[in-house]
Amino acid sequence: MLNTIWPFFIIISFIFAIFTGNMSNLNNSIFTSCTDAVELTIQLFGTMCLWNGLMKIVQETTLMKKLTKFIEPIMKFLFPKMKKEDKEYKEITINIIANLLGIGNAATPLGLKAMKTMQEKNTKKDTLTDNMAMFIVLNTASLQIIPSTVIAVRTSLNSSAPTKIIFAVWIVTIVADLTGIIATKILMKRY
Amino acid sequence: MKIINYISVIAIPIIIVLVIIFGIADKKKIYDIFVDGVKEGMEIVIKLFPTLLGIFLAVGALRSSGILDIITVLLSGITSKIGFPSEVLPLAMLRPISGSASLAIATDIMKTYGVDSKIGLIASTIMGSTETTFYTIAVYTSAIGVKKIRFVLVAALLADLVGMITSAIIWNII
Repeated sequence: MLNTIWPFFIIISFIFAIFTGNMSNLNNSIFTSCTDAVELTIQLFGTMCLWNGLMKIVQETTLMKKLTKFIEPIMKFLFPKMKKEDKEYKEITINIIANLLGIGNAATPLGLKAMKTMQEKNTKKDTLTDNMAMFIVLNTASLQIIPSTVIAVRTSLNSSAPTKIIFAVWIVTIVADLTGIIATKILMKRY
Repeated sequence: MKIINYISVIAIPIIIVLVIIFGIADKKKIYDIFVDGVKEGMEIVIKLFPTLLGIFLAVGALRSSGILDIITVLLSGITSKIGFPSEVLPLAMLRPISGSASLAIATDIMKTYGVDSKIGLIASTIMGSTETTFYTIAVYTSAIGVKKIRFVLVAALLADLVGMITSAIIWNII
């Protein structure tokens, strides 16, 4: 996708700049873009690394198991036909918790494992099952409790209150996730 | 309002303290584990840099050439009716497609219109509460070779749309 959009954006900007006489602006922006990218990367570095370090502690301690119990009722609502003993139940649970904590790079491999386990039981191999559909919709929605990356960006831009968005993020996350879940529950009966 | 602000301020310190207390209770070498995690974090940020540079270049070109202003003005007629600032539209459109690209755009929006302005806050909220829908569906379905994805894209995009509109509503009310 970006292979088409990216060159298109740059070429069309160049043509537009010729006609509007904004060429010196365009020329300057080429170099400021480079410094901007470097600056953002440096400023993200600290917060992203800090968060990753903390979440590593969560992964390696019994906190993970305690959180598994905590989301049991949610699992029952999302996957009513799934049994606790099922292999995919455990894999999905850990994937959801990793998403909640914002450890995306730990969530994806686990999520793919869960997909493979579910595929073994799938009778129509080329079509998603109800459980798979619900699981993917959950992963396309954000479950993250602390939006650490955005907070890092806001801090780097000298925001007077970088964490001010947390409460709004929680409300939006709940509203969006419920929309996805309810839509899935309704649509899976018809399509 | 005061309570909301206080929750926003205390959320992260509480999580850090809780994680550390649990680590101590487990009798793990938490400092070593922490440092290991930080090392992994460094790789993530370094891998992010190429996309950031690429997108900053493209968005910078669009903005400096004046195209973005024209598109924003044209679209504002439609979006202003629901209280959605047209300045945030580029983010809304790119968010489901690419994570690092939308991060670059969100940063650009916050920088241009002010990180603590209404537009900046809406962009931050969208960035923090949505995911890269297309990418996720592609990865999860191709991993097991499934072609018929049924209604998944519809449900996921509906959730994104509702999330983005809610972000705008919240900051219009507050």
